[in-house]
Amino acid sequence: MANVAYPTEPLKCWARAKELRQRYYEDYAKAHDTGGLRWAGGAWSFDAIPMGLGPDVYPLTSEPYAASIAFNREFSKRCLEATEAKGYARDLCSYMRNYWGSLLLNEYAFGGPFPRPDFIWQDHICCSHAKWYQVVRDLEDDIPYYCIDVAVGPYEEARDRQHRVQYIVDQMHQGIEFLERATGRTYDDARLIEAVKNDCRATSAWAEVSALNKTIPAPLDEKTMYALYVLGTLHKASRDVADFYEELRDEVRDRVARGIAAVPNEICRVITDTQPPWGFLKIFRYMEKYGCVSVGSLYTFGLIGAWEDKPNGTWGPRTTPMAAGTPMETRDQALHILADWTLSRPEWQHFYSPHLKSQLMLRIAKEWQLQGVMLHYNRGCEGLSLGIAENRLALIDAGLPVMVFEGNMGDDSEFDEDATKNRIDSFMESLGIKRPGEEL
Amino acid sequence: MVTAGIDMGAKWVKVVLLRDGEVIARGKALTGFEQKASAAKALADALGQAGLSADAIDRTAATGAGRKDAPGSPIELTEVTAAALGAVQIERSARTVIDVGAEEGRAIKTTDAGKVVDFAVNEKCAAGSGAFTEAMARALETPVEEIGPLSLQSSQAIPMNAQCAVFAESEVVSLLHARTPKADIARAVHDAIANRIVSMARKVGINEHVVLIGGVARNVGFVDAVERELGLKITVPPDPEFVSALGAALHAAERRG
Repeated sequence: MANVAYPTEPLKCWARAKELRQRYYEDYAKAHDTGGLRWAGGAWSFDAIPMGLGPDVYPLTSEPYAASIAFNREFSKRCLEATEAKGYARDLCSYMRNYWGSLLLNEYAFGGPFPRPDFIWQDHICCSHAKWYQVVRDLEDDIPYYCIDVAVGPYEEARDRQHRVQYIVDQMHQGIEFLERATGRTYDDARLIEAVKNDCRATSAWAEVSALNKTIPAPLDEKTMYALYVLGTLHKASRDVADFYEELRDEVRDRVARGIAAVPNEICRVITDTQPPWGFLKIFRYMEKYGCVSVGSLYTFGLIGAWEDKPNGTWGPRTTPMAAGTPMETRDQALHILADWTLSRPEWQHFYSPHLKSQLMLRIAKEWQLQGVMLHYNRGCEGLSLGIAENRLALIDAGLPVMVFEGNMGDDSEFDEDATKNRIDSFMESLGIKRPGEEL
Repeated sequence: MVTAGIDMGAKWVKVVLLRDGEVIARGKALTGFEQKASAAKALADALGQAGLSADAIDRTAATGAGRKDAPGSPIELTEVTAAALGAVQIERSARTVIDVGAEEGRAIKTTDAGKVVDFAVNEKCAAGSGAFTEAMARALETPVEEIGPLSLQSSQAIPMNAQCAVFAESEVVSLLHARTPKADIARAVHDAIANRIVSMARKVGINEHVVLIGGVARNVGFVDAVERELGLKITVPPDPEFVSALGAALHAAERRG
């Protein structure tokens, strides 16, 4: 270990995070026991909208569910084999392949048979999302399916933004009609409005948590952040998640005030990119032996976090509509806010342009005071890996040391642990960081 | 001060002994299945040449894939750092180092002090490594030492479509059955490796003074192919397979005790 310089302590709200996640998966599985409904869709879905159907409507968002499978390497292997045996290609999204495998095996990662959804509520952020539930419908007949096309271009381009938002809002209105037809329930706008407020609270608070990691020493490391941001990917519009993120934000503020570090021997700060190889998160602990902490990534900051430029020029949490005094009293107002708010989230932007992604990464490098960047050439996600080689060149042109490693977020056969550790060793040496146990 | 650098390669263990920064001996042994014994043999070889006992070594550093098995609990450094240090020690103006060994190929952008700026490694496929050349030499029924000079006799370039060592071997056999001259096939093999290695080197950026090291740098056919692919002359230092061991020995000398 490098010299210990900073105090550290566990997160107080860690157990609460674990409990929320466990309950989420249990609630979904048991929904029918109490007359509730189950829906399935991507983590990018507008999850606030089905909440207007009532308090007993539970989602299963597919990517974090698939990541949970990937973390369980034995189960993941069986899922991937089942999908391949069914004839689906190995180079498809590995989240999708894990999810389909769980369905094909009829095994739920949290015990019991796979809980069939009552309806599907999806959006099309990438081409895999467009096909994912089409296949689910092929495998499971007659599941009502609605999806929203969100391919409207980057938020930063203000030109025509209102028309882009309106395009999505129109689909949302139709989606609510679909939900009423599919479930036979009457839609409650008051519940929608509360859910949109929860979404704004949760995603703004997560951005502030991420922004607090600009502090040296970083109060959080990315491996820990993975276990926290996931709640936003599960159900960002739920009151529980919004409340939890505000609790977490307050605790992280306190850690910053008291100088509590995630990695006590922090001497080097990096970010990563895209989803990690979930079965090998231990590589983050390997880096920490060098005193190298990954303080996050555009992915962990921006998939859930809602951000804005602050008056002092820095990047910080987006001001919520409630704080800004924006009216939210009708269905249409709530949907407009939800569409605008969601489209502004940073992780959505690089689906539209790798150059925007490079700009965002360079901004993070500057404001989070990084020594380098570790890019995961993730063969499991074509959406988030698209343009990553362009990002590498932009970072190098700006003078940032960059290490790349190949892998797959959900298929461990495409990740070489020893070779990756060797690359980390080389990268640390190139940054002038001594090997653990060697003299400084 | 005497320092030792040990490069625990996949095929060969190489040892360099330095006294006050000057090379005083080199040793080499086939890695085989007993890495530790092979390293001890290579080290004993070098010590014998220098007329020294093991006690005379003040500090040792090890690099290479098997560095954790190097004798004597040495300082460890990666192949990337060792290659850059060694190459710049020999060729002061080197800024791009291409290192092709038995198992891996790597390209490194370095500073004038041998500090790594960027690197790329081909670690998942044999197509850019010495093992590929050996496999193709077997398919050609030609000793590996002769495949380089043989390729220089080629009169025509034949594109080789397969990058994978397994498929490339099939392609070589097909070319032989089609009575394609061995020299042309040998050139095609080297062109394929060079294409892959240079493509990787371009990712880190080619600076004008390129140094080629590693055991495959002894292959004149490969050197010729790399030069044609790059469109510039490259430098191959004497004893290119010892450069990383030299880098390790330099690293050991630089470390404070």
